[in-house]
Amino acid sequence: MSILIELVHFLVARKKYWLWPMLIALILIGGLIVLTQGSAIAPFIYTVF
Amino acid sequence: MAAILGISAFYHDSAAALLVDGEIIAAAQEERFTRQKHTPDYPRQAIDYCLAEAGLKMADLDQVVFYDKPFLKFERLLETYASFAPRGFASFRKAVPVWIKDKLFQKTHLLEELNQHDGGMDGKTELLFSEHHLSHAASAFYPSPFDEALVLTLDGVGERATTAVFLGKGNQLTPLREINFPHSLGLLYSAFTYYLGFKVNSGEYKIMGLAPYGEPRFVDLILDKLVDLKPDGSFRLDQRYFNYATGLTMTNRRFADLFGQPRREPETEDLAQFHMDMAASVQAVTERIVLALVQDLAREFDTRNLCLAGGVALNCVANGKVLRDGAFDRIWIQPASGDAGCALGAAQVAWHMEQDQPRLPQADRPGGDGMKGSYLGPEFEQADIETRLRAAGAEFHVLAPAALSDRAATDLAEGKAVGWFQGRMEFGPRALGGRSILGDPRSPTMQKTLNLKVKYRESFRPFAPSVLKERVSEYFDLNEPSPYMLIVADVQKARRKQMSEADQALFGIDKLNVQRSDIPAITHVDYSARVQSVDHETNPRYHDLISRFEEKTGCAVLINTSFNVRGEPIVCTPEDAFHCFMGTDMDTLAVGNCYLVKGEQDPALAEDYTSKYALD
Repeated sequence: MSILIELVHFLVARKKYWLWPMLIALILIGGLIVLTQGSAIAPFIYTVF
Repeated sequence: MAAILGISAFYHDSAAALLVDGEIIAAAQEERFTRQKHTPDYPRQAIDYCLAEAGLKMADLDQVVFYDKPFLKFERLLETYASFAPRGFASFRKAVPVWIKDKLFQKTHLLEELNQHDGGMDGKTELLFSEHHLSHAASAFYPSPFDEALVLTLDGVGERATTAVFLGKGNQLTPLREINFPHSLGLLYSAFTYYLGFKVNSGEYKIMGLAPYGEPRFVDLILDKLVDLKPDGSFRLDQRYFNYATGLTMTNRRFADLFGQPRREPETEDLAQFHMDMAASVQAVTERIVLALVQDLAREFDTRNLCLAGGVALNCVANGKVLRDGAFDRIWIQPASGDAGCALGAAQVAWHMEQDQPRLPQADRPGGDGMKGSYLGPEFEQADIETRLRAAGAEFHVLAPAALSDRAATDLAEGKAVGWFQGRMEFGPRALGGRSILGDPRSPTMQKTLNLKVKYRESFRPFAPSVLKERVSEYFDLNEPSPYMLIVADVQKARRKQMSEADQALFGIDKLNVQRSDIPAITHVDYSARVQSVDHETNPRYHDLISRFEEKTGCAVLINTSFNVRGEPIVCTPEDAFHCFMGTDMDTLAVGNCYLVKGEQDPALAEDYTSKYALD
């Protein structure tokens, strides 16, 4: 829960209000993906993310 | 007393660094302890080492500083997907679970990990987060000998910035300008590394080493199609040719079509002239961009000093061109310019900028800067070395330091490959005479022998010279020290050999077999060399060894290559050194005052090192 509060504070401080809908959708979709698969391993060739 | 721990982790090249009252006490990369090259893991052992070196516990720390800001990176990630949508769904689908499950919780993970060390953190210890490029800039400016300098940082990408300029003055760093993702010089170089069949984030050195075998015939095409370079050095990459922002590879089919060949198959497909020409071209473009950036900064600002950091600052060929260009009077480059160095920079940001502690003069310190020669890692007492070697089954002679140096110098003069393990381990990717394999640079066969029989790596790869600091200009076209092997300079003209017409007509790898100077093993095919000047103040034992080699041979230069085989992290402990010694064709090994001869060892202890480590 504290991570969500920190994220909210971060987005308010950065004034990135347009990211709100995306973030909410992402948490929902992401949560679903996390719940439906075993592990989350970064597959990238370059660790851009 | 104020103790600050800097941490770099979770992407690549995890490391830890410890400051006590602003003094760099210790710094080390986690890969050296875990034996996994470029490991992204939490640097547990590196932190334990740093604390032990200072005689501290976790609870004694005032601040722990992480090297970048995860939320800013997450913001960039979301904005990238939004701006490229619907492209990038495949990457989105893979990245989001990683973030939701793991990377957004880095602060929690860090606190959990930190509390597992030796009783954990004290309630008053702060956990801070520095910005990625600020960490790079701090690692370049604060240890530098300059009171005031411009600081240029260039890498793949941090949170958002890929290129940044700061003004360093007193104890403060002021951001001046930056170029943001996806426009990145580091990622451009990595894209070519990937296309040429080498490992990204590791094989970039190979591109730099391969470049002199080729002709830069694709420069115009790159600048026409891929890179929009402005006169001030700022640039944009045409993302239609790249895939790193939205996909799971660095380049795409359009990129391959542009150059007319598919990506080279890693390890299996031979290197052709085309690949060498591509390497030469991206190297030339990189140099052009770096020079344009530097020249513009020199025009715009009065400061005559320049500091460099970030992965691109490990491109010592470009660094040499910046030095010779003369836009700045003096340059200083952080030896751990990759992300490992951010651990140090993050701690320095906390000390100087957060705590507003003054910066003491660095120029009068041993080696002329605050890095202590970059010998910041573990060292081992003689008794401990003997115990460890005995336990590993090694046979050795204990010699007085002078006798040991003399014996090693004699062996080197006889053409033997000598392992040299002395004092503290280096911080950063270069071996600087603490954990090195040495050879005679006068030998025409040594380059091939070391590559194929000792290092088990590609035959085209060049070796670097260590030269006595006071003799640098006798051997190389360089009038100042290069203590960290980060400057490439030409071998002096008087030392070069005349090429026959047949020699001059050679192409590609065939150039390798031609002797180009009286120190052929360290003279690259374009007469260049990646020079390390050895300073008596920071490494007296290595300086003494080269001096003795000079007494015997008249040559004040040695081949210096890192003490490892291909894919292996540089050795950390006497046991690592012994195992590597037994797994390769190294002839003798000096560890502290212990001297080991291959013929005296138990052959049963030899292990197959050719395939022990994953290829890099």
